[in-house]
Amino acid sequence: MLAQVATFAIDGVDPRPVWVEVDIRSGLPTFTIVGLGDTAVRESRDRVRAAVQNSGFKFPQSRVTANLAPASLRKVGPGFDAALALAVLAASGQVPAEALARYAVYGELSLGGELRDSPGALAVAEGARRAGLERLIVPVERAREAALVEGIGIAAVASLREAAGVLSGREPSRLPGPASVAAASTRTQPDLGDVRGHELPLLALQIAAAGGHHLLLEGAPGTGKTMLARRLPSILPELTRAQAIEVTRIHSVAGTHAGGLITARPFRAPHHTISAAGLVGGGRPPRPGEASLAHHGVLFLDELSEFQRTSLDALRQPLEDGHVMIVRGQRALELPTRFMLVAASNPCPCGFAGVGDRCGCGEVDLRRHRRRLSGPLLDRMDLLVTVERPAEYELRAPPLTTSARARERVLAARQRQQGRLDGAAAAACNGELDSRLAGRHVRLDRAAELALGAAYERNALSARGRHRVLRVARTIADLDGRDRVSAADVLMAVSLRHRDGAEGALAA
Amino acid sequence: MTGAPDPERCATRARACEDCLRRSWLLARLGAQFDFARRRGRDLPLVFDLPDARLIGAIAGAARPAVEREYDCFDAQAAAARCIAAGVETICRCDPEYPRRLAAAPGPPAVLHVAGGRDRFLALVAADAVSIVGARRGSPYGLEVARSLGRSLGAAGLTVISGMALGIDSAAHAGTLEASGATVAVLPAGAERPYPASKRALYRRIIRSGVAVSELPPGSASRRWTFPARNRIIAALSAMTVVIEARERSGSLITAAVAEDLGREIGAVPGRVTSALSAGTNDLLAHGARVVRDARDVLDAIFGAGVRTVPALDGGGSVRAELRDLLDAVDGGSDTLGALVGSGRSLEQALTGLAELEVCGRIRREAGGRYVVLIRA
Repeated sequence: MLAQVATFAIDGVDPRPVWVEVDIRSGLPTFTIVGLGDTAVRESRDRVRAAVQNSGFKFPQSRVTANLAPASLRKVGPGFDAALALAVLAASGQVPAEALARYAVYGELSLGGELRDSPGALAVAEGARRAGLERLIVPVERAREAALVEGIGIAAVASLREAAGVLSGREPSRLPGPASVAAASTRTQPDLGDVRGHELPLLALQIAAAGGHHLLLEGAPGTGKTMLARRLPSILPELTRAQAIEVTRIHSVAGTHAGGLITARPFRAPHHTISAAGLVGGGRPPRPGEASLAHHGVLFLDELSEFQRTSLDALRQPLEDGHVMIVRGQRALELPTRFMLVAASNPCPCGFAGVGDRCGCGEVDLRRHRRRLSGPLLDRMDLLVTVERPAEYELRAPPLTTSARARERVLAARQRQQGRLDGAAAAACNGELDSRLAGRHVRLDRAAELALGAAYERNALSARGRHRVLRVARTIADLDGRDRVSAADVLMAVSLRHRDGAEGALAA
Repeated sequence: MTGAPDPERCATRARACEDCLRRSWLLARLGAQFDFARRRGRDLPLVFDLPDARLIGAIAGAARPAVEREYDCFDAQAAAARCIAAGVETICRCDPEYPRRLAAAPGPPAVLHVAGGRDRFLALVAADAVSIVGARRGSPYGLEVARSLGRSLGAAGLTVISGMALGIDSAAHAGTLEASGATVAVLPAGAERPYPASKRALYRRIIRSGVAVSELPPGSASRRWTFPARNRIIAALSAMTVVIEARERSGSLITAAVAEDLGREIGAVPGRVTSALSAGTNDLLAHGARVVRDARDVLDAIFGAGVRTVPALDGGGSVRAELRDLLDAVDGGSDTLGALVGSGRSLEQALTGLAELEVCGRIRREAGGRYVVLIRA
């Protein structure tokens, strides 16, 4: 007897259909699994045999061969257990094989026959819909997540027994209700209303959020750089449903999330010891890195100068392209990485430059520090802002703004941008304007043109710096609700820019 | 073995004589031993005055037989060829063109190796030369003063001499180059390559219009003793030595001490009495060094009061009245944004004003978001 059932392997964050075929014929009782499985797949033989028997079914006392097709795809992990078990049951006539053809099955089995939580159910559900299957059997824990995909029925089962019942039509499958949108997550986000003082960083956060500009916060230890960065997601626009599903899928695959739709923008703050593979994804099997986990959210790199150079350099392509290509052997994986980068750094090795006379760093120290920071990553930073210790009276004063108010401004500014950029597919916000687009979309008034021209003439700006100033000035005007960029916008952007090596350098 | 240099045997112009080349080789050969001798409390200037044979006897120690053997079979032709290969020209102390001021130094360098042209070097040090020296870890203020002083003196046509060290030295060189002035860098290692290596860009700019010199042959490494030895050349080459920011027992004070011994003018830029960075300079002032506030003070010291004036430089446009206020605030110590905002000035006003000042070259943003007022030359 032959039976076949669909399941899915997760490749990066994408589902790849895998057909589990089971053939039973007379011979000495054996159970072999072929089809390029890893150790976890080979071990599933024993899990499947025990689970089948412990669920009250009979494991066929004959020659059982299971094949995972396509044979060229490397299969990883225990997610094929349930599909294998059901295919064995179908091939031995214990469940109806024709029903199984319309189902996709996903989940790990315990020896007792329970379906265990397995990461990536959302991606599997998407794959099942794309493959034109009617229903997906998933573990109960993952049902809400899988149900986010429209156009496919989800059968949430707790055990192999229950799954067999669903196939026989005996037991009505437990369909989860519509995924309750977890609004609670936005409420627990830290709010800008907690911040006292910090007028400049608050402004910079709003500009960054409004224009999608990458931001570098500089300041002595303990001034509140991390505190401020954590509040950036709270003023970003809400995720659209499509974005939310994308984010949920990534986090589900990575196993950092269980159940329901993620509605809050992710905030990822990896420790500075992270490897390049950890940051952009990789490993064996390739897994999404922090850059992908921060997709549609904020990637925060605290103590930027402490990160390994190789890790930071690896961020280049993700920043440029919004996705990262990971090539392993003959296969290439694409992981989405469209995030806002916020980095924090001490201004100098001792951290106290700009605080009274406390800094004792010399030219060499500063140069070394700058070199650690410099490079392609800094080129992408449109904004550089110093976070100073708030004054005592500021600590006693009421907060300057709240996330709700700031977000309103940000949303209005984003709307203006979208109205203007409509049709320019290459850019979704000012931060993504390249020089060609900037020339078309950034309209300066006369005084602004003069101010920018003067800055460039006097060598205060490099060509790249000029371009950054244009982008940021555009966002400042958007925040204020103006179509034309004024001289004040340009000058503000000049003050907020990150100075690259070619401009205003120290003694040669 | 030969003793004192013999003028008769001096080679042709533009090439050092054999004895001097050998002497210069000897200094490099005894490189490590000099440091030992210094640690044993030997006074370098006295050692430098010794003729070759006695120098070996005094310094070489256990290495003496080997050094003597190598000394005897020294090949001057090969040494000269090495200089040519490294692209440095030489002038030795037997040469009548040898800088007169330098000849007065204690143990004048036998050979000066010049990168950038021997004739240019001679012309530069024949003119009025001022050395500007100071701390490697200068403050933003000190660096700015060094830069501006170099700029003004360069514009006034003086040669600025320094050691191309990090900090004040480099700032002085850079300032001079900004005013299209020529500058001489005296290096503690071979003249054919920059020391410190991180200053290679500055080194290239210096030898485009000025020169880099060293008393050590090409390929020599720096040693502890080569720094004070280099300082004595800086002091001896210049009519006046100006110290900007020196801690107590700083190398810059050695330069000043040599200048004092030679009867040259010494100037120091006053600093805050509470700052360790200014302890050395303030000490010089207390002991009679001239107060140097700007280039005019230097010119007055060399040429007499009011004889030469500092030419006006284009130091950026004039400042509007609204910005004057902001500039004064920065100058007055409210040099971070936090200190500037408030009391009637909004964040936006401060940001735009600072940008305007930065653009017209009146202030510069330093690490940590601190603004420094640039001195207009």
